[in-house]
Amino acid sequence: MDLNDTPEQAEYRAKVRAWLEEHRAEAPVLQGEGAIQDEDEAIAAHRAWQGKLAEAGLTGITWPKEYGGQGLGPLEQVIVNQEISRAGVPGLLDTIGVGMLGPTIIAHGTEEQKQRYLAPMLHGDEVWCQLFSEPAAGSDLAGIQSRAKESNGGFVLNGQKVWTTNAQFAAFGLLLARTDPEQHKHKGLTMFIVPMDAEGVTVRGLRQITGDAEFNEVFFDDVALDAEHVVGPVNGGWGTALTTLMFERLTIGGGSEGMGYRADRFARAIGSDPAAARDPEVRKRFGELATDLLALRFTGYRILTALQKGQIPGPEAGLGKVTVVNAAIAAGDLIADVVGPDALDVEDEWNYLISFLPGLKSAGGTEEILRNTVGERVLGLPPEPRLDKGIPFSELRAKEREAAGASA
Amino acid sequence: MNFELSDEQRALQEAARGALSRHKTVEAARDALDGGERLDLWDTAREVGWPGLLVSEERGGAGLGGLDAMLVMAECGRVLASVPLLGHVPATAVLDAAGVGDDVLGPLAEGERRAAFVGAQPPGDLTSEWTVDARRGHARAPAPRSEVDGDVAVVTGEAAWVPDAPGAEVLVVATVDSDGAPRAVLLEAGADGVTVEPVVRYDATRLLGHVKLEGARGTVLAAADTELAAAWYLAQGLLAAESLGAVERALESSVEYAKERFTFGRAIGSYQAVKHALVEVLRRMENARSLMYYAGWARQDAPAEFPLAASAARVAASRAEDFASRELISVHGGIGATWEHDAPYYFRRAQLSRRLLGGAGSATDRVAGELLAQAGAAPA
Repeated sequence: MDLNDTPEQAEYRAKVRAWLEEHRAEAPVLQGEGAIQDEDEAIAAHRAWQGKLAEAGLTGITWPKEYGGQGLGPLEQVIVNQEISRAGVPGLLDTIGVGMLGPTIIAHGTEEQKQRYLAPMLHGDEVWCQLFSEPAAGSDLAGIQSRAKESNGGFVLNGQKVWTTNAQFAAFGLLLARTDPEQHKHKGLTMFIVPMDAEGVTVRGLRQITGDAEFNEVFFDDVALDAEHVVGPVNGGWGTALTTLMFERLTIGGGSEGMGYRADRFARAIGSDPAAARDPEVRKRFGELATDLLALRFTGYRILTALQKGQIPGPEAGLGKVTVVNAAIAAGDLIADVVGPDALDVEDEWNYLISFLPGLKSAGGTEEILRNTVGERVLGLPPEPRLDKGIPFSELRAKEREAAGASA
Repeated sequence: MNFELSDEQRALQEAARGALSRHKTVEAARDALDGGERLDLWDTAREVGWPGLLVSEERGGAGLGGLDAMLVMAECGRVLASVPLLGHVPATAVLDAAGVGDDVLGPLAEGERRAAFVGAQPPGDLTSEWTVDARRGHARAPAPRSEVDGDVAVVTGEAAWVPDAPGAEVLVVATVDSDGAPRAVLLEAGADGVTVEPVVRYDATRLLGHVKLEGARGTVLAAADTELAAAWYLAQGLLAAESLGAVERALESSVEYAKERFTFGRAIGSYQAVKHALVEVLRRMENARSLMYYAGWARQDAPAEFPLAASAARVAASRAEDFASRELISVHGGIGATWEHDAPYYFRRAQLSRRLLGGAGSATDRVAGELLAQAGAAPA
């Protein structure tokens, strides 16, 4: 057991730290005191900061060098994340693009696509969004209904996506659409690159419990796409999507401490109230949730060790999300119990956490679907009987409509 | 960065599993409750060198670390083996740190003699006292008092539910002086004024004793208060490891059965209600494992964090064991609650373990207290 850097890693860390020290003053303030209030202005400043990070070689750490990346390992990525967090400066504007969508294009895209899209993504000049989930398809992602019909050597896209972070200022989206409804549901899907300024694309903010619109819904009405917008094989989009989802797991799993769900932060909030810090009930609840958060940190080190050895974390890594979300929910509850109604005030530090977490429970797949996946792939338990296997998607939809009608 | 077991540690695990597999330990747990003799595997422990795990090599031990001892405990816990390491290992750690002579440590490292640790819970953010478990009730009892008479310590007091005290030849006792400061004392169990009353509760694999000291004369050990505290937390970590092992086996057994038992035409493990509960066992188990690694790492590389790490490991493992042992019964349906099934012995183990060495509740409080203290909470 050794949590120390190797000499090479220590040298890399020192280099990263030195750059951040030198350029810290150039970083925009996006949160807390002195934060840029105007949203467009904040995004522009964040975009420029990502550009500087890219010039300094602090983005695309694990991307191959030929596409502007650093060609380094996951440990170096963690070092950069830690140093950025330590310096108290913002990270990337486009974590979704650089963390998940870029790697998908690297794995499945054509050489032309890589040359065209990757460098502007890395520099934040073109931000990307992920167009996967739909109102009627989330955990059961392969049930999407957005339809891309072949037409004159290209495609015409119609449908709706939802929960789309950054769509309001994204230049491109990576979109999963159904190209052949007569095949069964996993087979007739294709992945596309969609220019967000194309005719027929409408982005609408979707307000959440916080009252803010952090996500969007995106509508597609007869959007024309060319063959060169296809990523990976036509009707082979499911395999492409799995690559994105694997990178999503890495991004979400590794980011919980960066999101501020840390035992020490919650301890400061409780400890600042002497009556709470002595109360046995408060201490019991805090001790239990803090134990979970500590476990998560050290599970993270186990996952990093596996990554360092070239192993890819399995679905069990997703259990970390269950742990962190529920522990953070318990922390928000406890702090609000300690503070009282003021914790719910929109100006209060805890208002956002309390409002944001109920939705996070379903982000990246609901807790229930995650438990199914882990139960089946890790414990080897048999799946539930499925009614969607081996029949064309069009027929499945008809059956679903009939069943819903019968029960209504 | 390397936060996984080494090849040597995996070999240690495998060797332990192999050594224990030669005995029908779960059956023995049942027999012992039925009035049979407890299957004591001390001789097995001696053959594979466990008594000297934490004794330094120059004193005849293996010179291994806390995590290694925890890995052995986890293997014992898997099969409900009765190996009195929970008392012996922390006791030898204190003696080794105190630099006692080979005449004392040699036979203990070799296993010719057995030690028990009569530990005390160290002060926390809200308390300044060293306390021991009381025979009954919620209140903690004061640690035994010692006075120094020349180079001899005279100890008076009681400690209840001390793991592995019956049959131990040597007791390492956490006492306090007249100012309440800790003082480690080495006692011969056979000395005048030492009484160990064996007690069996609910799980007959567990050796427990109420220790009564009435002017018992022993040797003052040159162990710092941090060493006495570390030994308490080591015991927490060992108990956590033992629980983790039991969870592993409970999950395996539950999963096996959930695949082969059919209801309404399909395996019960295909139902989400069963599947999700078993995934919950897995989640708690892996969290407990990560914290056991944390405890093992902290004992060696970050001693200031060891109280937090070991307490958190104890909390996670205890809660996992509680949940897993109940789930083991539930998944098996009615048969899981019968004397002929293995599940009741895992349940009994969980029920008793949870209440030993301060109880899982005080470990939870300690996690909170350590973090609140680190965060600079105003003292009471």
